[in-house]
Amino acid sequence: MTFTGWLTIVLFAVALTALALPLGGYMAKVYTGQRVLLSTLFAGPERFLYKLLRVDTNREQDWKAYAKSLIIFSLAGWLLLYLILRTQNAFYVPHALNPLDFKSGTWNLTFNTTSSFVTNTNWQYYGGETTLSYLSQMIGLTVQNWLSAGVGIVVAVALVRGIIGRSGKSLGNFWQDLVRTVLYVLTPISVLGALVLVSQGVIQNFSHYLTAHTVTGLTQSIAMGPVASQEVIKELGTNGGGFFNVNSAHPFENPTAFTNLFEMLLVLIIPAALVFMYGRMTGNRRQGYAIYGVMMFMFLAAAAVAYIAEAHGSPAQHAAGIHTHVLGGSVGGNMEGKEQRFGIAASALFDTVTTVTSCGAVNSAIESFTGIGGAVPMANLSASEVIFGGVGTGLYSMLLYVLLAVFIGGLMVGRTPEWLGKKIEAREIKLAGLGVLITPLAALFCTAMATATKAGRASISEVAGVKTPQGFSESFYAYLSQANNNGSAFAGYTGYIQPNAGNAGAHGVTFADLLGGFDMLVARYLPILFVLAVAGALAGKRFTPAGLGTMRTDNPTFAVLLIGVVVLVGALTFFPALLLGPIVQGLTGHLY
Amino acid sequence: MRREIVTAAIAIVVFTVLLGLVYPLLITGVSQVAFPGNADGQKLYVNGRLVGSKVIGQPFTTPVIGKNGKPEEKEEEVVTEPVKRYFQSRPSATEGGAYNAAASAFSNRGPNSKLTAEADAENLKAYLELEKPFDPTLSAAQVPVDAVNTSGSNLDPQISQPNARIQAHRVAALRHLPLAAVDSLIAKYTSGRGLGFAGEPAVDVLELNLALDRLSGGKT
Repeated sequence: MTFTGWLTIVLFAVALTALALPLGGYMAKVYTGQRVLLSTLFAGPERFLYKLLRVDTNREQDWKAYAKSLIIFSLAGWLLLYLILRTQNAFYVPHALNPLDFKSGTWNLTFNTTSSFVTNTNWQYYGGETTLSYLSQMIGLTVQNWLSAGVGIVVAVALVRGIIGRSGKSLGNFWQDLVRTVLYVLTPISVLGALVLVSQGVIQNFSHYLTAHTVTGLTQSIAMGPVASQEVIKELGTNGGGFFNVNSAHPFENPTAFTNLFEMLLVLIIPAALVFMYGRMTGNRRQGYAIYGVMMFMFLAAAAVAYIAEAHGSPAQHAAGIHTHVLGGSVGGNMEGKEQRFGIAASALFDTVTTVTSCGAVNSAIESFTGIGGAVPMANLSASEVIFGGVGTGLYSMLLYVLLAVFIGGLMVGRTPEWLGKKIEAREIKLAGLGVLITPLAALFCTAMATATKAGRASISEVAGVKTPQGFSESFYAYLSQANNNGSAFAGYTGYIQPNAGNAGAHGVTFADLLGGFDMLVARYLPILFVLAVAGALAGKRFTPAGLGTMRTDNPTFAVLLIGVVVLVGALTFFPALLLGPIVQGLTGHLY
Repeated sequence: MRREIVTAAIAIVVFTVLLGLVYPLLITGVSQVAFPGNADGQKLYVNGRLVGSKVIGQPFTTPVIGKNGKPEEKEEEVVTEPVKRYFQSRPSATEGGAYNAAASAFSNRGPNSKLTAEADAENLKAYLELEKPFDPTLSAAQVPVDAVNTSGSNLDPQISQPNARIQAHRVAALRHLPLAAVDSLIAKYTSGRGLGFAGEPAVDVLELNLALDRLSGGKT
């Protein structure tokens, strides 16, 4: 461990907070229909889009109507993406946009990939540069990177409206929220961010793959593509699906330590800003600060553990006689699967950032993290993406936990639980409970299926014909990641087979592809329905001003209670599984 | 219901055109005008011939020719050996040979795996065999981790400064250059931390090797 390593983590947290505060205020204005600076530019296009989409923005929607629009829109996106990916070498695709003439994926792989991008997961059973055409990446994946992020954000906004609603049952209008999210929030940051990335070395072109004649006379083929435009929204929308197979470890996606820092900020900026937005919209900014404090505390704890574990080095390195301490300018530590320009700290931090959120991009191989280092992303996922979480999903999942914490706190002091002037009753608690439990249930059910069935075991890696604790970690991580719509992976898990490296279509492992797709869809849309139902239930309630006996939800006491609830639910659900994989490996120097 | 379906259908088409075509083309257009070199991948040329990209690692090796006059193969991959007058990149585990920049891949070597330990030990042995003749005091304890562990992308274009300074002994000896001259080239092609604190200093191997060739004419 080094001083600059720790400094990186601290300065990152400071920069994030400084940027998220104003963005949160801005987003509160956007979603309450106030004029912002960009209105001059976008008000015209916005009205035009409503006209084109035949949307009447005066028609407010209750939770059912809001949910209906959301589901139909997601389904439309799913169908179009499936069609695009299945016809990527069709006659109407210009050669320049599929320069290597990649064939379409098989039905099972495409089912998985489509579900993955529509649910904001970006789990990848394919290698970008060996499977997908430029056109598929652009009009297929990039578009869903925007839209799945938009869907997540509008659900969070709808929930906040339900909480603060003083009259009627309206949660706003889904189409209006979506259009405003795309225009006012995602567009400005994406356009500027993409150009910043190119200025630092992220590529953006439609060239054929380069053929270089290396210094020693070898031939090297180098993949190209329109990377920056996809890279920026991949981070900003907490999607995480890399243009290239190795994601943000690839020098064309993440060329310098500065872009690494910039990309981490892009990942966390909206999830963090949404928390401040929540504070503003409830009329009490301290509500936001309390939740932000909880998230930041858990985030820093995770980053610190990951850094310490990775700086320590791995049993395999020590067995091989490699010295892993800081020595004469070498950072030491577990550099397997890590890039030199990032080193240990910026790698551990990046993978923490993308696993507390539902981003799932990686700049280093999680599979190669040490036992405890790898347990950190797993624990982050086990907390059900409430430590900042995905865009929107983080805030709405955390608010369900707040609801539970208020209820538990209410039981402890023996009063009817109240939250921001609304009485919490059986219906809300049932819905919130179900909403919180769907994701862990899906993850554990699928892991059980994957490890206990013959078809599932085919996907698990082996060492000399023997399954190891690492194999269990891979399987568990795969379904935990897909259930949490994260998309990062212990990449040794097999969901597809690529017969010829370099340039050939892969075929899928049907069991893993379908189970994973099911995992992602269930754990995305059921919680969204429960969240909207909670929002609907709260919106219809009468507002009663807080009295002396009301438990406050904006102070440190509540923050501690909230951490307790999150940790308790996560730990009780996942601790046995964590023990079997990463912790076994973390506690022993034994090699398998 | 029907109204919602119509809206959804129009919306997905409109957004696909705007976000899938207009937006990437706009970014490409501006990038190609404002940052053409970066947008195209920071290509490096020698005498008008493309030798690689500044940010994509490449192997500085040559195939081992067997007794039958053909390149030797092991497990369906061509066996290579380092070209000793060049700085060597980090070990790479891409399929189809090291530094396959058309198919990036993680090594997926687990922390407690026997396979990882074997690969690490093999890399350590090879590194010592290559460098020790030129740097007799070198011991396993001094070998930097980046020299023996594969990178994330397996296309890492850079190595650590200590790794470069060890290799400098070999390169200087074979090229008949003063060690100080090689060390100063290393310093020249080292990129610092991001904003002064993020990440680690790293040496661009390809650029360093090209500079050496310009200095001593490509031959030993």
